[in-house]
Amino acid sequence: MVKPIKLTKDQTEFVQVDGLEKHFDASKPFLTRILNREDRQILRAVDGVSFKIPRGTTFSLVGESGCGKSTIARCVVGLYQPTRGSVQFDGVDIAGLSDKQIMPYRRRFQMIFQDPYASLNPRWRVEDIVAEPILEHRLITGKKAVRDRVDELLAQVRMTARDKEKYPHEFSGGQRQRISIARALASNPEFIVCDEPTSALDVSVQAQILNLMRDLQLELGLTYLFISHDLSVVCHVSDFIGVMYLGRLVEAGRAETVLRTPQHPYSRMLLETIPSFEERGRERRAWSGEVPNPISPPSGCHYHPRCPFAEKRCSSEVPAPITIDGQRITCHGVQEGRLPSTVQTPDIQ
Amino acid sequence: MPLLNVENLRIEFPTRKGLLLAVDDVSFSIGEGEILGVVGESGAGKSLTGMAIIGLLDPPGQIGGGSITLEGRRIDQLPYEQMRRIRGKEIGTIFQDPLTSLNPLYSIGRQLIETIMTHTELSSHKARRRAIELLKEVGIPAAERRIDDYPHQFSGGMRQRVVIALALCANPRLIIADEPTTALDVSIQSQIIMLLKQICREHGAAVMLITHDMGVIAETAERVAVMYSGRMVEIGPTRQIVKQPSHPYTQGLMNSIPIIGANMDRLIQIDGSMPRLTDIPAGCAFHPRCEQVIDLCRQKRPELRNHAGSQAACWLVEEESPNG
Repeated sequence: MVKPIKLTKDQTEFVQVDGLEKHFDASKPFLTRILNREDRQILRAVDGVSFKIPRGTTFSLVGESGCGKSTIARCVVGLYQPTRGSVQFDGVDIAGLSDKQIMPYRRRFQMIFQDPYASLNPRWRVEDIVAEPILEHRLITGKKAVRDRVDELLAQVRMTARDKEKYPHEFSGGQRQRISIARALASNPEFIVCDEPTSALDVSVQAQILNLMRDLQLELGLTYLFISHDLSVVCHVSDFIGVMYLGRLVEAGRAETVLRTPQHPYSRMLLETIPSFEERGRERRAWSGEVPNPISPPSGCHYHPRCPFAEKRCSSEVPAPITIDGQRITCHGVQEGRLPSTVQTPDIQ
Repeated sequence: MPLLNVENLRIEFPTRKGLLLAVDDVSFSIGEGEILGVVGESGAGKSLTGMAIIGLLDPPGQIGGGSITLEGRRIDQLPYEQMRRIRGKEIGTIFQDPLTSLNPLYSIGRQLIETIMTHTELSSHKARRRAIELLKEVGIPAAERRIDDYPHQFSGGMRQRVVIALALCANPRLIIADEPTTALDVSIQSQIIMLLKQICREHGAAVMLITHDMGVIAETAERVAVMYSGRMVEIGPTRQIVKQPSHPYTQGLMNSIPIIGANMDRLIQIDGSMPRLTDIPAGCAFHPRCEQVIDLCRQKRPELRNHAGSQAACWLVEEESPNG
């Protein structure tokens, strides 16, 4: 007997992540720890992240490697159990559900992975790959009906029915990513988490996939959580953007606002480091420093050792998020109003 | 005389099904201290061209024709031992993944000193001093202390700096940088690009910068060569090619790059994908994907023609005399 699922009150947002935390135990083995008198080491991959995604929109998470964006993606689809916090999907908290309880929801959200070479089983024909979710969730019965549905899905991702006889190795990277998308669509999902779906692809193919994803969103009313390190790609697909640094969301808001007037010093740096076609040989400000080790992140605001505007308070006190015009920023400098106003980035016409 | 001259280079792979042409009739030159960018999608043959120049083509790949000349001396047919001496001394290399191009079992100091002593006459004591100097030059903080550290103790960006220091050991005239920033995060990427530019200016080294990232090229290179399906489709000044590409492939490539702030609903895409080496179409290799295709494109392969300050291999490009 499956326990009744607790319904929460607020149903306005389709996907809502609240105070999400995911910790990993990165300690050395037990005996080494005893001998060296070391404590356990906890890696806070995601450290209190909250955001909402309205139905039919795209929310993007950007940040450099190791900032926790993929961990969030996995928590959201239930591949990781969050340490703390909640993930509400259409009003239901799915974070604490058991495998059995989550099953009815699994059909409604799917995931597209980064590497189309690793995410497709090389021994299965395309037909079997795409049909798997249909059979698993018992959505359609009858061989003929399943085959027809596979044809339809392949057509949706602009492939032909003949392709279903082939194996993944017969396709290029872009084609394989289309197969992944067809598989994700097979269970009629409403929400798709895309973890760097185009970063393994060449630019001209990337454009094809991004266009396809956009068309599908309009056709099927999909909601996307899009994970990427590439701000120019993110800019293209998003309605909302969240910028992450070392497990925390430093800035979030509408895509145009975040890209036009980035407030947090880290978002400003990310935007400024994008190579520009306009000014060849422009001397860029040397942004020094690197992402610190997430096992021992800096105190206070994680970004303060690299921040050109850091003051004493930044190193001691964790900044609380403030909201300006719907843009949520976590920075003492912005709050105190002592940062220089953002200059429009040269790329914006 | 240009520093490096590559003429009609062909790289072929003999297979059971016949000869595959991975690089087909590619010619270009690099001047002293010049940065030449080479762009193209994966499989376009850009890395193979780089590997052929340093004589490190993996068998069964082989040079099937053409010539490579460094400072007036042919280097494509040298015996292994002689080529080994040129590699590192006259041509330095930087590869994509700094973790695999450094030996994890040796400290970075040992790797630097070994390279310096192989190519110069310095004593081990002086070589160590030179190694520390180089590490300082590429921006490694506390170089005196860190020289005895192992590669795993450095972050990705720092490792790539070490690799750059290694490439500079013998003051080479030419550096081949194959996707030097691809494995790095954006903020680190810009640091490495700036470092590369500055170092080359100071040492007077020329760079062949191989990458798939047009943005990196636009910021770094003076001239750019665009490759498609083993052939060179366009070559010319970066500014010209970025602003007004002549070849339809370059136009498509530039258009498909998302730009921040450009308010487009859809990206402009090139349909299809690059042909496999086993079935390169007749005529222009790009014609099945080209929107402006004419009959001639299907029959005859276009040569590079002068046009608006650059050269493009396309039948639609009006030939101009080089002077006019």
